[in-house]
Amino acid sequence: MAYWIASSPHNHIQGSTPALMRLVIYATIPGILAQWYFFGWGNLIHIGLALTTALVAEFTVLSLREKKVAEQLFDGSAMLTAVLIGISLPALAPWWISVLGALFAIVIVKQLYGGIGHNPFNPAMAAYVMLLISFPVQMTSWQPPLALMSIPLDFSNTLSVIFTQFTFDGYSLEQLRTHVDGYTMATPLDTVKTNITLGLTISESMNNPVIGEYVGEGWQWLNAAFLLGGLFLITQKAISYVTPLSFLASLFICSLIAFLVSPDSNASTLFHWFNGATMLGAFFILTDPVSGATSVKGRIVVAALAGFLVFIIRKFGGYPDAVAFSVLLCNMAAPLIDQYTRPRTYGHS
Amino acid sequence: MESVIERIEKGHFWKFHGGIHPPEMKFLTKDKPIRPLAMPPELTIPVQQHIGEAGKLIVKAGDVVKKGQALTQSLMPLSVPVHAPTSGTIRAIENAIIAHPSGLSELCIKLTPDGEDKSIARHITPDYTSLSKHDIIEKIAQSGIAGMGGAGFPTHIKVNTHAQINYLIINAAECEPYITADDLLIREHSTTIADGINILDHLLEPAFILIGIEDNKPEAIKALQKATANNDKVKICILPTKYPTGGEKQLIMALTGKEVPSGVLPSKLGIVMQNIATCFAIAEAVIHDIPLTKRVVTVSGRALEKPQNVWALLGTPVEFLLQQCGYPEQQRKHIIMGGPMMGFSLPNTQVPVVKITNCVLAPSEQEIPNDKHEVECIRCGQCADVCPSQLLPQELQWSAKANDQQQLETLNLFDCIECGACAYVCPSHIPLVHYYRVAKAEIRQQKQLDIKAEKAKKRFEARKARLEREKLAREEKHRKAAEARKARMNSGTEQANKEKSAVAAALARVKAKKAQTSNTENVENKELASDQQDKKSQVAAAIARAKAKKQAAVQESSPAQTESQPPTPENNQGDENKKAQIAQAIAKAKAKKQAATSQDTEVENHEELNEAVKVAPVDDKKARIAAAVEKAKAKKQVAPEKPSELDTDKTEETAATNSPADDKKARIAAAVAKAKAKKLKEKNPQSAPTTVDASTNEEQEKEVAITPPLEASEEKSAQALDKKARIAAAVAKAKAKKQQAESK
Repeated sequence: MAYWIASSPHNHIQGSTPALMRLVIYATIPGILAQWYFFGWGNLIHIGLALTTALVAEFTVLSLREKKVAEQLFDGSAMLTAVLIGISLPALAPWWISVLGALFAIVIVKQLYGGIGHNPFNPAMAAYVMLLISFPVQMTSWQPPLALMSIPLDFSNTLSVIFTQFTFDGYSLEQLRTHVDGYTMATPLDTVKTNITLGLTISESMNNPVIGEYVGEGWQWLNAAFLLGGLFLITQKAISYVTPLSFLASLFICSLIAFLVSPDSNASTLFHWFNGATMLGAFFILTDPVSGATSVKGRIVVAALAGFLVFIIRKFGGYPDAVAFSVLLCNMAAPLIDQYTRPRTYGHS
Repeated sequence: MESVIERIEKGHFWKFHGGIHPPEMKFLTKDKPIRPLAMPPELTIPVQQHIGEAGKLIVKAGDVVKKGQALTQSLMPLSVPVHAPTSGTIRAIENAIIAHPSGLSELCIKLTPDGEDKSIARHITPDYTSLSKHDIIEKIAQSGIAGMGGAGFPTHIKVNTHAQINYLIINAAECEPYITADDLLIREHSTTIADGINILDHLLEPAFILIGIEDNKPEAIKALQKATANNDKVKICILPTKYPTGGEKQLIMALTGKEVPSGVLPSKLGIVMQNIATCFAIAEAVIHDIPLTKRVVTVSGRALEKPQNVWALLGTPVEFLLQQCGYPEQQRKHIIMGGPMMGFSLPNTQVPVVKITNCVLAPSEQEIPNDKHEVECIRCGQCADVCPSQLLPQELQWSAKANDQQQLETLNLFDCIECGACAYVCPSHIPLVHYYRVAKAEIRQQKQLDIKAEKAKKRFEARKARLEREKLAREEKHRKAAEARKARMNSGTEQANKEKSAVAAALARVKAKKAQTSNTENVENKELASDQQDKKSQVAAAIARAKAKKQAAVQESSPAQTESQPPTPENNQGDENKKAQIAQAIAKAKAKKQAATSQDTEVENHEELNEAVKVAPVDDKKARIAAAVEKAKAKKQVAPEKPSELDTDKTEETAATNSPADDKKARIAAAVAKAKAKKLKEKNPQSAPTTVDASTNEEQEKEVAITPPLEASEEKSAQALDKKARIAAAVAKAKAKKQQAESK
């Protein structure tokens, strides 16, 4: 009789990497729901497009690389990347934006670097930055919250805009983005940035309808939903609280200092926290273990650096949001940070 | 120190980094009393069951032994004996698979119990304080006690420390899942354990005795509190359940807040740790004079019908234990010796229980599945979070896979205690500990090779230095001796003068000899100098004749004709038959050689040579000389492009030695051959082979015109050997000169 021979330890937690990835995908659901509620079907359609593209691309590359397709295709990592791309794109961007983004993320950023576990950059954010630089018009044409839109947008019309750039009634994206008062609506971050260059103070900007009641119509709830999903991940021990805490604290400190120095030209901390991709970045992007630092200390440093960069780019950079850029910059810095943040081994001084 | 005890008394402990909470699974066996087992049909007692050296066997197959009788003898400090767990006959002493992850075989004593369980005489010592410390340590050593927690380090070494001990820590943590052996032992034998602790107290005289026990053993804690109530030094420290609290370094950290520096023994910090089961064994040995021959083993796992704790005799096959606990055939998939975190798989069930065996685990397939699909590391860092040694397991894994030994050591691979926490939490199911074990083994092997290489280098360098030294010493000695001699010679005494003259004479002699040797090329000089002119001249004549013939043959340039010619002189001269024969042989060979172009192979020449030898059977010696000469020549001819003087010389030398009687003759012949060889050599390199042949032929034609008449007259006047010889020499000389001139 032959007995199993195995190396210790023999028992093992029930969790696995695919399960972890699935959990993270589930945690995005509140955010996606908020997006759907405030911005319509756009992002859901993009998530669908990105998912399909990502799975096809993953399947093709895995087959070419003669990997175990069945095992790796549904390990959740490609799906998570696709979901994150779908979430982060402007809701009414043309269909090829998400297809191109997913292709780039999977084929170039992930698989060409060696596949899961080997990519130095976060695939979703690298794809986002590539799209933003290559197609600035499409990537900055953000759809305003449904509540502010003069032309109602249902599922079929959204689909039509994404695939043909026009609704069934012939409205273009530009017309959709136009406020009843006749000006094009932008994201709160964009609005504040533009207003500052126009010489308006923050408090004046806060009266803009896109800001809404608190710090950003729609966007604030979107961020709150991602915060909720992130907290769920922390309670499930899928991610460590260290990275989001460090990132948000860093952003908090930077924006608070700026706000205290000049309240007229700097938005409040809450505005920074609940606008753009802050919460998504804090809980779903920066916590990507593959492209981040490995030690706890390293993660604190990386996340703090990301928070600082987000603030700097939002304040002084040419782009209204900065999470994707700062994440990529931190990915680059992570190996070096790892080098200098090794924990002290027990028994060593 | 005060604060440490204060904290402990308050129930505050330190935290070690990391740790995990695997399912405890202790409920399977924790409420079942330790059951004594029936006698197994055979015991397999490995000679070595501890860390260190094996003891020396003192029994042989067929011996009848009694319970408690020593089977091996410890001769080294790091060895402990093994004892017969029961009375019986030693069936054999042979290799069997032992309880080791490698599954290798080692020497085991096979004991067939007789069922009587007769013990050797025991000397019970109720009051151990009446014994000296040395006697107690000796008793511990002779009872074969080695750490029963897992490592199996000989206990008598640990208790024989001269360091000032602040804390004696008794490890009762038993943090591995499933195992309840210590728990049950404490509950049932707390007084004996207390005795053991008191003996250790007596030996080590620590300031405090800390018993570290996890809070999942409330009954054992109570029993211990009761049993140790009379010893004020004892503090029972109830620690939160966390794996691996029972690791030596982790328990020290948790109880005292001290970190044991890497590569340092805890005794340096004034800390000694003993397992609680070892304390029981010590009490048994010192007080009851019972050597270590049995231990509590948790036999657990869902594959068993009746998981329980048993008293197992050392050497009991695992199969017997499993049978006693009901191990159905269809469940037989996986057996682990030790706990699920650090235990190892057994290759079969015949492996015996040894001193360090605290658990035999037979899990069901659902319990511990064998479906470890390793996937890529996603650098999640959970491993680093749980590592009690604060290592970076994932970075270690990268380096281990890349076999980067330097980086592995930078990352402190050797501080890994192989607790398995990292692999337990890894979501990618990477068998991290396995990678580390392999890497550690490779590094150890590499280090051993390095040490070997270093030793070899040192040896070599030492030898070189010694040779150099000796050379210098020798030179120095010679120089001194020479100086002394010079001084003596220059001292002007009579003896000195004598010595001087003697030296001068010797020098002169040497010079003369040298001159002689240099003249050997000159055939004439040599002939004059030699005593046996007869023979020499004969040879010379023969050579000369042979040459003449050869020249003639060349002219005809037909091997057949050459062969037909020689008989003529042979018939004419009756008295000089022999000589003629040799000459003929030489001539033949030469002719052939000449006829052949420079492309002739050596083989051909050898054949010719053989022919020549056959023709001249009468005078062996002379023939041999001639042959040698020929051979040398032939060789030179064959390889004109790359002539090797050394080879030629050698051949000549051989020829000379072949005929010791005709030394001189041989020398002459050799000289002649040498001269010719030189000539040829001088010529050949300057022109292409064909040109050489042409020129040689031309020249030889001239020679032929002169030589034959001379030869004829020589042969007729047989008495005038002197003259002949001289003529021959002259001829040779002339030829040499001509050849030289030509070549220039």
